[in-house]
Amino acid sequence: MRRLLIPALLALVAPLAACGSDDDSGSGDTTLTVYAAASLTATFEKIADEFEAAHDGVDVKLSFGGSSDLVAQIQNGAPADVFASADTENMDKLVEAGMADGDPQDFATNVPEIAVPPGNPAGVRSFQDLAGQDVKVVVCAPEVPCGAATQEVADKAGVTLHPVSEEQSVTDVLGKVASGEADAGVVYVTDVRAAGDQVEGIELPESDQVVNTYPIVAVEGTDAPDPAQEFLDLVLGDTGQQILRDAGFGRP
Amino acid sequence: MIPRWILVPAAVGVVFVLLPLVAIVARVDWADFLDLITSQASKDALWLSLRTSAIATLLCLLFGTPMAMVLARTSFPGQGVLRSLVLLPLVLPPVVGGIALLYTFGRRGLLGHELEVLGLEVAFSTTAVVLAQTFVALPFLVVSLEGALRTAGQRYEVVAASLGAGPTTVFRRVTLPLVLPGLVSGAVLAFARALGEFGATITFAGSLQGVTRTLPLEIYQLRETDVDAAVALSLVLVVVAVLVIGFARQGRSSL
Repeated sequence: MRRLLIPALLALVAPLAACGSDDDSGSGDTTLTVYAAASLTATFEKIADEFEAAHDGVDVKLSFGGSSDLVAQIQNGAPADVFASADTENMDKLVEAGMADGDPQDFATNVPEIAVPPGNPAGVRSFQDLAGQDVKVVVCAPEVPCGAATQEVADKAGVTLHPVSEEQSVTDVLGKVASGEADAGVVYVTDVRAAGDQVEGIELPESDQVVNTYPIVAVEGTDAPDPAQEFLDLVLGDTGQQILRDAGFGRP
Repeated sequence: MIPRWILVPAAVGVVFVLLPLVAIVARVDWADFLDLITSQASKDALWLSLRTSAIATLLCLLFGTPMAMVLARTSFPGQGVLRSLVLLPLVLPPVVGGIALLYTFGRRGLLGHELEVLGLEVAFSTTAVVLAQTFVALPFLVVSLEGALRTAGQRYEVVAASLGAGPTTVFRRVTLPLVLPGLVSGAVLAFARALGEFGATITFAGSLQGVTRTLPLEIYQLRETDVDAAVALSLVLVVVAVLVIGFARQGRSSL
């Protein structure tokens, strides 16, 4: 039975997989697949455009997600050529799995910032204000990088937060702040910048002690080692760095 | 009689549905299984899920039974459209339901001001979880009960009425007992849907241990740090789902 059913099941999956790759064939002959942390969405889309403009015949495919999800996907065989992580912990996982081609290089930094709804209805001015009884604070869960950073700021500031919700991602926190459900949330400075006028940012003096570093690396066994290296060069070079600076990222 | 070749695609479909479940069972870390599902966070999530799903099911019975009665036993212009609209959460992506609820019951939502005047804070509370679950589960009860009502027909109701029973007595003593199996299986399905609710809850209610973090949210969260625990809790939900389907079948077959 197994001998008959498994091929049949694969027959069901194979055409789906085939039509997926057909759709994405685009203009290029070579495809470079870049897995990047969700916070890099806007910047890496720009960098990918620059890359495609400068490299005829190379098609860049971007996949964004939580860094730990992305590492898990790559370890499970996802076809990534380049991986850009939002923290060093998740990059270490890839390195320990022996799936990094060379040493990861730091290309950007990010610091936590408070986001409040437009007009700042709860009058939040500092991290200390977040501990107030009437302030509804939403943070990332301690298990995800932005939550760990928030916890660190709280420790440095000597404040105990009582969040009304511990969200799974920066997007979830921003959503609750932008809709006015929450009075304040803690996210990264680049997230506040990217959200435009949906939220206002309040800088944290404590944040320079809680700097998050973004490393990037080519994935071991990539089919496109040369484009992968050139993509790394672009991110680490002047063009890439300028795009990242414009979005609020810091220099490593 | 069916053509023999139909068995092949049918079998592929069955394997497609069952193989992932087998994969979960195969991936479970049995040595630590009990420890994994009895951590404080897991117990909080399970208890919260059971409590909120039970309340949501009660609300579904309370409002869904009359809704099914109106749809099955009356006719008025626009009834078809109304039925389709009421059943919308059945096909709506749950995250869309969550956004809709947010802009209804949220602080700045349609009813936000009224709720604030009444001193009710829905956002980030267990109430929000129950609302999200009720929203997505209600159509399950309505559909299954309306079907049962139509199948049961009105013969006994007409007889009871001709013998002098008032409409409320007929509803209580004739209609409800007659469709009880349908009602039970509808309630079980609604409970199951409430238990599995994820998208509307995370969008509308948030996620905090013991308050809004139900079992599916806990699993989603654990994936990040403790895959073994996430898999173990997933198996718990699979087992609950299997039990629920067993119950629902029982209810239907005795109809």
